[in-house]
Amino acid sequence: MFPQSLEFHIAPKINRFVDWLVVSHAPFFDSVSAGILKVLLSINGFLNQVPWWVIIAVVALTVWSTTKKVFPTLLLSFLPFIIGVFGLWGLAMETLSVVCTAVILALLLGIPLGVFMAEVSGAATVLKPLLDAMQTMPSFVYLIPAMMLFGLGKVPAVLATLIYALPPVIRLTALGLQQVPASVEEAALAYGATHWQLLKEVRIPLAMPSILAGVNQTTMMALAMVVVASMIGARGLGQEVLLSINRIDVGRGFEAGASVVAMAIVIDRITQGIARKWEPPKR
Amino acid sequence: MTAVESVGKAIEIEDLWKIYSRTKKNRYGSEVLRNPEKLRALEGNSDAVFAVKGVSLWVAPGETFIIMGLSGSGKSTLIRCLLRLVEPTGGFIKINGEEVTSMTSSELVAFRRNQVAMVFQHYGLLPHRTVLQNVSFGLRLRGEPAEKAREKALEAIQKVGLAGWEDHHPVSLSGGMRQRVGIARALVMGSPVLLMDEPFSGLDPLIRRELQDELMRLQGEIRKTIFFVTHDLSEALRLGDRMAVMRDGRVVQVGTPEDIISDPVDEYVARFVQDEREQLRRAERRMADKAAG
Repeated sequence: MFPQSLEFHIAPKINRFVDWLVVSHAPFFDSVSAGILKVLLSINGFLNQVPWWVIIAVVALTVWSTTKKVFPTLLLSFLPFIIGVFGLWGLAMETLSVVCTAVILALLLGIPLGVFMAEVSGAATVLKPLLDAMQTMPSFVYLIPAMMLFGLGKVPAVLATLIYALPPVIRLTALGLQQVPASVEEAALAYGATHWQLLKEVRIPLAMPSILAGVNQTTMMALAMVVVASMIGARGLGQEVLLSINRIDVGRGFEAGASVVAMAIVIDRITQGIARKWEPPKR
Repeated sequence: MTAVESVGKAIEIEDLWKIYSRTKKNRYGSEVLRNPEKLRALEGNSDAVFAVKGVSLWVAPGETFIIMGLSGSGKSTLIRCLLRLVEPTGGFIKINGEEVTSMTSSELVAFRRNQVAMVFQHYGLLPHRTVLQNVSFGLRLRGEPAEKAREKALEAIQKVGLAGWEDHHPVSLSGGMRQRVGIARALVMGSPVLLMDEPFSGLDPLIRRELQDELMRLQGEIRKTIFFVTHDLSEALRLGDRMAVMRDGRVVQVGTPEDIISDPVDEYVARFVQDEREQLRRAERRMADKAAG
């Protein structure tokens, strides 16, 4: 046994810190919360207003325009239909709105951070272990502070999802920028590109496939996390899964689980298709 | 250097040095060059790589000047110093009367946009843009309106014989065609000085010859100052008005190609030109045989 005399706990200190944050910075967290809620509600409101068949048609059109193949288009537009058949359409839209909000925030933060990581020497040494920690930390852990700072409901769910889903887009943005061939950068500089032009005209377009792979990963992770986030009261498909666990209702759990999978497949294929469009043309 | 001396010189290089740090940990500044003892100590230091050692050269306007040397002789570093893609450790560079070595970064950007254009061995084309967009790239960088840039680019593409390929991407072009794009991109800028870093070295012999002819034809029309780096002696002989031979960062001989072949200054240059001389001799003998027989 590890000697008890050597035990030292930082848990009370962390608790005290979070308590202090909650008390002294309440207005700040409230305004962040209100802002996120506004975005979330407008996305949710929009998704609820749009008729179901329009959403399916949008899926079909997007897949068709990126793949130009009949079978994937039919299959991928059938998947959301299944969700509706299971009677989970409304909950799926709620989940989708949480995912969308988290992903939008993740991209707004992640892409600039990725550029920063690639451009500023030394930034990578600091950010990399941090990103590793963010990804390996059990996702449930994020729920606790998110809940304490922002209460129950969808806003903490968005934030927990954001933290969990942020690393891939940062990492892949930085990776894409670093992989731009030196010969191309050199040529751009030789023709009088400023630092900003080099980034905007050469490095970011060339890194785009990698950045979009990051967007795809981030979206997938957000979807995985949103189920977990139902534990702090975010309504949606996750809540349905949670309910069936509590009631040991295998059939209901399967329906909800299958709906999550269907959503994941559709989102994954659509983002991948968009990523492919950005790849430099091959012969 | 007084203004009078600069007249009639498109490029002047004086006592140019470039010392790299192998580990990239050190930065060697011009102060080492002013201190002979330190310099000698540095030459024994395995971290310091002397890529260019006190090179002085000048190039006349409209002249095609060749830098020749084996790989590692510092010729690529030298040409990059001319537009400060590589920051020289010390020395003095003047191009068309503008002192490159003392420019601020914004002056340097303006200089690169207007005074020089470079062609690279590995083309350096943008893979996500079409031939037309690649050729107009430099024009767009310096803020020319899209329509005008397009017109100029189309004209340059025509000039290098790529008409009809405007909307293709670099991947679908052969090496020779890619380098034509590279040349068009340089020509379209209208810069008085053209820097070419082994532009034809990666191409197969027939295409290389074709592009050399093309360059000579273009040069006949446009009369630019061309600073041309190569390791290929026959290329140097075909294209060059004058040439310099580099070895281990130093210029060992400057002269017309004929001077250098007929009168190599040392063993190294002699070995360099030996093949060419043997071929010449063989050809002469054969012609003499033919005439006799």
